[in-house]
Amino acid sequence: MEVLTFLTDGVLLALAPTNLFLILIGVTVGLFIGAMPGLGSVNGVAILLPITFLVPPASAIIFLAAIYYGAMYGGAISSVTLGIPGASTAVATTFDGRPLALKGRASLALVTAAIASFIGGTVANIFFTLFAPLLAFLALSFGPPEIFALMLLAFATFVGLGGDDIPKTIFSICFGLVLATVGFDTISGEPRLVLFDIPGFLRGIGFIVLAIGVYGIGEMLWTIEQTRGEITTTNPKMTVRGMASDTKEAIRDGWKGTWIGSFIGFFVGILPAAGATPGSLMSYGVAKMVSRRSEEFGQGSVDGVAAPEAANNSASTGSMLPMLTLGIPGSPTTAILLGGMVIWGLTPGPRLFVDESEFVWGLIGSFYISNLAALLINLAFIPLFIWMLRMPFTILAPLIFVLSIVGGFAAARSMHDIWLIVIFGIAAFFMRKFDYPLAPAVLAIVLGPIAEPTLRQSLLLSSGDPMIFLTRPIAGPITVIAVILILLPAIKLLRKGRRPSEA
Amino acid sequence: MRQGEISLAGLLALFSLYLMWKSTELPIGYIRGQGPGGGFWPFWLSLGMLLSCAAIAWNWWRGTSPAAQSNEPIMDDFGWRTVIFVGGGIVGFVALINVVSMYGAIAIFLVYYLHFLGRHSWWLTLTIATVLPIALFFFFEAAMLISMPQGMPFTQPFFDVMYDIIY
Repeated sequence: MEVLTFLTDGVLLALAPTNLFLILIGVTVGLFIGAMPGLGSVNGVAILLPITFLVPPASAIIFLAAIYYGAMYGGAISSVTLGIPGASTAVATTFDGRPLALKGRASLALVTAAIASFIGGTVANIFFTLFAPLLAFLALSFGPPEIFALMLLAFATFVGLGGDDIPKTIFSICFGLVLATVGFDTISGEPRLVLFDIPGFLRGIGFIVLAIGVYGIGEMLWTIEQTRGEITTTNPKMTVRGMASDTKEAIRDGWKGTWIGSFIGFFVGILPAAGATPGSLMSYGVAKMVSRRSEEFGQGSVDGVAAPEAANNSASTGSMLPMLTLGIPGSPTTAILLGGMVIWGLTPGPRLFVDESEFVWGLIGSFYISNLAALLINLAFIPLFIWMLRMPFTILAPLIFVLSIVGGFAAARSMHDIWLIVIFGIAAFFMRKFDYPLAPAVLAIVLGPIAEPTLRQSLLLSSGDPMIFLTRPIAGPITVIAVILILLPAIKLLRKGRRPSEA
Repeated sequence: MRQGEISLAGLLALFSLYLMWKSTELPIGYIRGQGPGGGFWPFWLSLGMLLSCAAIAWNWWRGTSPAAQSNEPIMDDFGWRTVIFVGGGIVGFVALINVVSMYGAIAIFLVYYLHFLGRHSWWLTLTIATVLPIALFFFFEAAMLISMPQGMPFTQPFFDVMYDIIY
């Protein structure tokens, strides 16, 4: 009951006119920043951080949390309408969101994303409200071996994402992971894999460079070549009745993915250093695995949009948990929020809930209000995003190319990276022609920087004994499941290969 | 397609070998007290890439992948032309950024694509090619505080006027 009283006070604080105004502005700004390829919640929060010194700390963090929420909703918009994941958290949304848009069902994809995000956010808020301190300490029991086992599980789900050609999928995963190692070795600090001794590679290869190259350039070239530039499928209609029917369809066909995403997203989100991206990818993989219509994934499955979208919103709330209760940020955005809190004179950690309860509960109350505001604002803007898709393809295509290049520069601020985008784009086009799945490479470059240090730290802990991944109580079962998942498609393929010869 | 499949696998295998060699610049084994060396992770992953290429070649030899069974060309003339005109346009766009600034390159690329490839009217082309770079300028330079490349010195008068509007 005490929690309910605190929560009511928190919601009332969030509904105060100034705070409500900040929530509405924050969500709208976040939505558009998130929808822009190359820009994500981290840019919005970082840029607007100085503005927050004009208002009290509670209002400031409410504003920044609203931007964070809005950007999480917005990431799906560029994934669906442009086919470019605006942020790493929205990569998995592209897999089914874009095919739905190409079938003229962009409205269904956007409505599904909005509803799933809302449910994911709400489930996470409830968990957050009820179990925050307890879950934070549970998350602390995840050391490097557990996090690496979790990454292994995420890679195992990729093998399933890549279709039947296992060698090409494994090549793609390894390629993405190797690209993630370019730059500096984070443990020894020495330069590593500076390809062809070009100094630009010392900066490493960012996820966004590969993602924009593959989706913004490569995929677009492939679409133009395949359709001969005459796309007839992006002619969606947008009416109130149509949106109501899309809502029904989204709930009917996307409920399973939504619940999977809501739960997995939250629990992966609360793990320090994990965040929303692995959460959304794992949710997509699990939703595909448990679906009775798994063959529809990648072709425009409603569940395939719902799972990652529910997960990234759920995880973004979850990642606030270690930040507030332990002072450990779970994502780059929460790291900036943490910095803001320190500047405002607040000390994140176990004492925060006791010493600054009004601030904490005001923030939690604002999560509920921001989530609702984000849903309503997002639904209100869907017709605008749909209108974009009604443009002739000969106008939309150059706009996508321009946004890819300009967004790529905004993210990396380097011409070297822009050239890499072009090279990756052209290479992706030819690899796509020969059925190399490229999504696993994009996912691997995101997870590589988490996987490598945790593997090396684990092996250091065990003096080089890999059994550490099997003998620890949490890491062990996760590793076993991951290995089974990796081997399953290979076994299926072997059995399929044997059958004709037996006959 | 069949020839392309094995050529691409060969090219990727060579790249994998290069990555393996490059990884050995840092230790690839276990260092007592320090854990695996800096080259350990990329080296074994590159080996994974090489082995995958070998498996792709094996599948090609057995003729099990769709590309290995196809005698069609990778693309017809129309496909090559489209890819060269569109891909070439993008390369030209990026090459122009350091000459005429990001915004100037956007305007030129839009004119090239909309009018010459898309065959849209001059009125529509010029409207989009003018409005979009200006809108992007205000979004990035004023709202997001991100400076885009300004090209060679002759573009400065344009930026002076635009910055006067912002500040």
